[in-house]
Amino acid sequence: MSKVLMKGNEALAEAAVRAGCRYFFGYPITPQTELPQYLSKRMPEVGGVFLQAESEVAAINMVYGASGAGARVMTSSSSPGISLKAEGISYIAGAELPCVIVNMMRGGPGLGTIQPAQGDYFQATKGGGHGDYKLLVLAPASVQEAVDLTIEAFDLADKYRNPVMILGDGILGQMMEPVEFKLTENNELPVKEWATTGKKGRKKNIINSLYLQAEKFEQHVNRLADKFGEMEAKEQRAETYLADDAEILLAAYGTTSRVCRKAVDMAREEGIKAGLFRPISLWPYPAYALQQVLGRVKGILTVEMSLGQMIEDVRLAVNGKVPVDFYGRVGGMVPTSRDVFDKIVAFREVL
Amino acid sequence: MEIVFEKPKALEDVTFHYCPGCTHGIIHRLIAEVIDELDIQEKTIGVAPVGCSVLAYDYFDVDMQQAAHGRAPAVATGIKRVNPKNIVFAYQGDGDLASIGMAEVVHAAARGEKITIIFVNNAIYGMTGGQMAPTTLVGQVTNTSPSGRDVAHSGYPIRVSEMLGSLVGPGNSMKRVSVHDPKHIRQAKKAIKEAFVNQIEGKGFSLVEILSTCPTNWGKTPVEALKWLEEKMLPYYPLGDYSPKEGV
Amino acid sequence: MLEEIIIAGFGGQGVMSMGQLLAYAGMLEDKQVAWIPSYGPEMRGGTANCAVTISDTEISSPLVTEPSVCIVMNKPSLDKFEPTIKTGGLLFVNTSLIDAKPKREDISVYEIPANAIANKIGNSKVANMVMLGAVLEIIKAVEPESILESLRKVLPPQRHNLIPLNAQALQKGAEIVS
Repeated sequence: MSKVLMKGNEALAEAAVRAGCRYFFGYPITPQTELPQYLSKRMPEVGGVFLQAESEVAAINMVYGASGAGARVMTSSSSPGISLKAEGISYIAGAELPCVIVNMMRGGPGLGTIQPAQGDYFQATKGGGHGDYKLLVLAPASVQEAVDLTIEAFDLADKYRNPVMILGDGILGQMMEPVEFKLTENNELPVKEWATTGKKGRKKNIINSLYLQAEKFEQHVNRLADKFGEMEAKEQRAETYLADDAEILLAAYGTTSRVCRKAVDMAREEGIKAGLFRPISLWPYPAYALQQVLGRVKGILTVEMSLGQMIEDVRLAVNGKVPVDFYGRVGGMVPTSRDVFDKIVAFREVL
Repeated sequence: MEIVFEKPKALEDVTFHYCPGCTHGIIHRLIAEVIDELDIQEKTIGVAPVGCSVLAYDYFDVDMQQAAHGRAPAVATGIKRVNPKNIVFAYQGDGDLASIGMAEVVHAAARGEKITIIFVNNAIYGMTGGQMAPTTLVGQVTNTSPSGRDVAHSGYPIRVSEMLGSLVGPGNSMKRVSVHDPKHIRQAKKAIKEAFVNQIEGKGFSLVEILSTCPTNWGKTPVEALKWLEEKMLPYYPLGDYSPKEGV
Repeated sequence: MLEEIIIAGFGGQGVMSMGQLLAYAGMLEDKQVAWIPSYGPEMRGGTANCAVTISDTEISSPLVTEPSVCIVMNKPSLDKFEPTIKTGGLLFVNTSLIDAKPKREDISVYEIPANAIANKIGNSKVANMVMLGAVLEIIKAVEPESILESLRKVLPPQRHNLIPLNAQALQKGAEIVS
């Protein structure tokens, strides 16, 4: 298939349709609104349902119901809206329901700004909702990767019966890049014997996260933990750029990783051996891949559009082996490649 | 020997956890009887709320989903939109529906969502031990209105059926019934059946508000509680059909 | 070839579509492209700008902070973006709406009376295409024909009657700098 030029939000929406998603429940919020807008037109074309919910809270609970009924289903939002969805996400994880949740991050806390940010890393990877659960979190850095990861996200969600989050930012959502949709429509979807579809010919199915007996609930959470352990073992993804001989390694994800890649090029032109480590899965964090490229690394510079959140996972992964420094912009400001290059130069001097 | 009375098929053969004299058991049974009579057990999906009836999924022998507090109408919407041929009902209490989940039920009704909601109004939070509900009567003493519900402080109790009936929705059905005596129990069953039929016929949203008792948290014997319902709740919550008028 | 282009002007001047056409044309020529809009209140009137990157090789960062080419359609855009152009870069100024002279001496400046030319060929709305014609004549990032091909793809069929006018605008723009 030939390439088309699409906005990240719209491409991601189309990817969901290609992945067999036929149900979308959402609420308007900048900078992800093109996604529901696109699907409001597209879903009826493919026999699906787009429903604008009365709130983010209702939307995520509609996702719960639809997923429990066996459907491939998605919702999308941006930071403040994801906070509202947090309760439902916890229930969805607790009841082991597959779904895909998109967060095109904007600046926070509070109403913050509509400009891009990466301040929801903790929320996405360490919780957000209550209790012991994990989301599989994927962070695309280009529109094409957003498409590919979204299609994969539905399979992963079904495989683990767990919500998967696509974590982007306002730039990824608003940016246009050429994309190619590799999957054909109407691929075969997995059978979900656990879904509530009416108990004809079988015992009743129950979708639930409540276990009043502590012993039983501990068993349930431990079973979830086994699943999270399997994800940690199998689903770590990362990409490196000029990392093999790097002395200064940048660590960045999503849009920021693009900025850093250019900064690496600028540094290389000056004879500085810089490289880039780009996590694609934020949870599970690709610690193993990071440990593999530490060979000649004298220091890691983590770059984020936040006050420093992913840096904690970088530190955990390298476990004190090399110094880890941080550069970030917040409030909707995006670091420039020159800023990052300057930081590389300064960092090299103190190492 | 002729069987004149038996457990409905749509009810599990287990003992309810409800307190002595609580009318949840009656309401569960009525729903199960209706499911049997309409022969829809194999395609019905129930949604359990948060509150005393949180374990409803253990009692109904149909596919069930347990929802977050107040979100049952949204969960039911998700189910129904995926498979419109299923019959979807949500079972909710007054705190769940009329307080924390008010937005969900109003918008499900406004959309004419083809689901059925059984709304059990006993004017108090039961599971957490007797706190003031959005439907607690003026002057009613609860654990969080120790001097009785004070209008100046907490406003008036919400009449859900009237409110939802005021929404434009030609296919919608809202009825208030009670289960304080056999005659009213029969009327309640009729209303529940009509609500399911309304959904089966694809007309729109249907809600049955059922006035119910909570002897434990009201601090009354079961018989006193039934009498209190009749004497105190009925005047403020008149029984009847509050469905939107045709031709709006 | 790597061009990092900023296009800026008032909302309604066709700044966003100019950028999108450029990106689309680049894609049709199998080049690497990216387009990023400023988003937010700017979308609803006021100033608007977008960044377009066109490259023969993979684009590292689609964010343009030091443009090689800057197209300014109004005065606030000149003030805002002139200082960001990289040394040796190009600045295209819509002199129909901008009286002020650029201050930088380490860049090349092209003065294009885009609105005046557009009015002359009968429609001020194609001022953006006049400007684009001039830009492409200088930077050769994509062929003007690819822009027209993009227009054929993005415009609904009932608006294809506008294509000859756009072609004329591109050509007039090219003529003024050639």
